[in-house]
Amino acid sequence: MNPEARNSNNLVFCAQDLNVYYGEFHALRDVCLDILPNEITAFIGPSGCGKTTLLRCFNRMNDLIPIARVTGSIEYMGVNLYDPGVDAVEVRRRIGMVFQKPNPFPKSIYDNVAYGPRITGMAKRKPALDEIVEISLRKAALFDEVKDRLKNSAMGLSGGQQQRLCIARAIAVNPDVLLMDEPCSALDPIATTRIEELMNELKDDYTIVIVTHNMQQAARISNKTAFFSVDVNLETDTRTGTLIEFGDTEEIFSTPKDSRTENYVTGRFG
Amino acid sequence: MTPKPKHSTTGTTAESADISSSVDSTAAHLMVAHLTVADLKSSKSRKNRQKAVHAGLALAAMVSVAVSGFIVWSLISEAWTFIVEVEWSQIFNIGWFPRRGIYDVSTLLTATLITTAIAMLIATPLGLGAAIYLSEYARSSTRAFIKPILEILAGIPSVVLGFFALYWVAPEVIGRISDNSTGSLAAAGVGVGILTIPLIASISEDAMTAVPSSLREASTGLGSRKTATTLRIVLPAAISGIVASLIVAVSRAIGETMVVFLAGGAGDTALFTSSPTDSGLTMTAAMASLASGTDNVVGEGLTVQSLYFVGLLLFVFTLLLNLVANRFVSRIQEKY
Ligand SMILES: Nc1ncnc2c1ncn2[C@@H]1O[C@H](COP(=O)(O)OP(=O)(O)OP(=O)(O)O)[C@@H](O)[C@H]1O
Ligand SMILES: [Mg+2]
Repeated sequence: MNPEARNSNNLVFCAQDLNVYYGEFHALRDVCLDILPNEITAFIGPSGCGKTTLLRCFNRMNDLIPIARVTGSIEYMGVNLYDPGVDAVEVRRRIGMVFQKPNPFPKSIYDNVAYGPRITGMAKRKPALDEIVEISLRKAALFDEVKDRLKNSAMGLSGGQQQRLCIARAIAVNPDVLLMDEPCSALDPIATTRIEELMNELKDDYTIVIVTHNMQQAARISNKTAFFSVDVNLETDTRTGTLIEFGDTEEIFSTPKDSRTENYVTGRFG
Repeated sequence: MTPKPKHSTTGTTAESADISSSVDSTAAHLMVAHLTVADLKSSKSRKNRQKAVHAGLALAAMVSVAVSGFIVWSLISEAWTFIVEVEWSQIFNIGWFPRRGIYDVSTLLTATLITTAIAMLIATPLGLGAAIYLSEYARSSTRAFIKPILEILAGIPSVVLGFFALYWVAPEVIGRISDNSTGSLAAAGVGVGILTIPLIASISEDAMTAVPSSLREASTGLGSRKTATTLRIVLPAAISGIVASLIVAVSRAIGETMVVFLAGGAGDTALFTSSPTDSGLTMTAAMASLASGTDNVVGEGLTVQSLYFVGLLLFVFTLLLNLVANRFVSRIQEKY
């Protein structure tokens, strides 16, 4: 992709020559990627190709891993997220995340959703918090199932309910971007459909990046798709994740330019 | 990263897996064909050895149970003699003068309360602070440096800490805020506090590191700073372990003998006092000082029995505390 041709004004994210290392291990090489507002961008690719790694770069979650090192740049609304002056906490308040495994706090359902608004000082009084909690749970298609037991522990919810709770928790702080790492991997088809509907609704207000192993899901809901793969270097015995192809979802699935993309999306892995 | 064998491609691993599984199944067929009961029987000598091991271990367990039972029984029976025979007016008197027949137990209880409270006032912030620092803030290199130091602190013999409390804390710290620089309940409390810091630090740190990092990630991902994550997520999730560490520390502080004996500043008698800067006798110190002069103890009325009575009180306190602590610890596993 030609960087000059990009109009970075209306980009949410613009990743340039992004490389991620875990210690000596080169996990992700030379990723260049644009993410547009109010779109759903899907990351697909085989396990271990660095989808989660890249997703975590977008809200500086990799800062938590001492051995992780990021080079290159990611501009978020025109600001390099890895600029020394940028406070990662401020970044994460704008860019929310739903993790691969549901990770509710061992607190009540209510307190889980209210956690973000409380710590960010968005809402301190009970009526305001009540409203945020209800709206967020409704958006995550969970409210009706839990409305009678908001004070019960979130640990008592099923895996799928926990994941929707995590989504509710993430949208409760009203972020601009939602990063979702395989949000449906623990869900049954019905809950999955709900989450997909949810994403379609959320698209109007948020920009969404989703990692998924479900090809149909990527095809159904995303506007753009990025296909990643692992470069295996037999001589040095290293496996590095790379971005193979990025474009409109229709194109990626109907007329991919790269044969590896084609093999992957048609189910012939090579 | 786990290094991969150079030549392993998916093809060859699949092949070798096929081969090994077919070898396994033929071997299994052969074995079935030739198996008799004798093959599955264990040898006589092995059986006997098993029995001997079993019996030996059972004996060890029995001996420990018997010894504990005997101690508790003698404790109770001697204490009972004291309870029955003592003149109750002497239980509420001016102080602890067992050889004169004055057994004001509240003198000892108050002293124990004071030293324990001072010890916890010192050890709780320092121990918890160290635990939080080690589990949440320290880099792994710093951690590797500090943890062994804490373990050294835990290994200091209490008699050394007793001397430290008597010869340094008493004159240099307590002596400056009061006119008693020769051993006091406060000096003893500081010594016991230092003793319990590593206890609180290590148990609470274990509880905090047991909190899954996915919870920290969730909190961080919501825009929480490290302090908020620590205070609102990690500490509440680890609370049962932290409370357990505090209870264990209290129990240790109540039962600690050498430090309070050396640094408490009293001999084997004490007037009732509720001032920390006075010298005083805790329950353990009273017992130690009585027992150290065995010749004097024997034959002096109820002196020996009073010792058992105080011992029984101590035993009941620490037993209750340990029971409570165990309940808290077992709740750690129930969470996440
Ligand atoms: N904290 C870490 N420390 C060291 N290596 C890591 C770490 N996290 C990920 N990796 C490595 O980086 C590579 C990419 O991992 P990543 O989790 O991004 O893959 P992924 O595409 O999300 O896979 P999956 O689809 O299985 O979730 C893998 O080889 C993984 O082992
Ligand atoms: Mg992943």
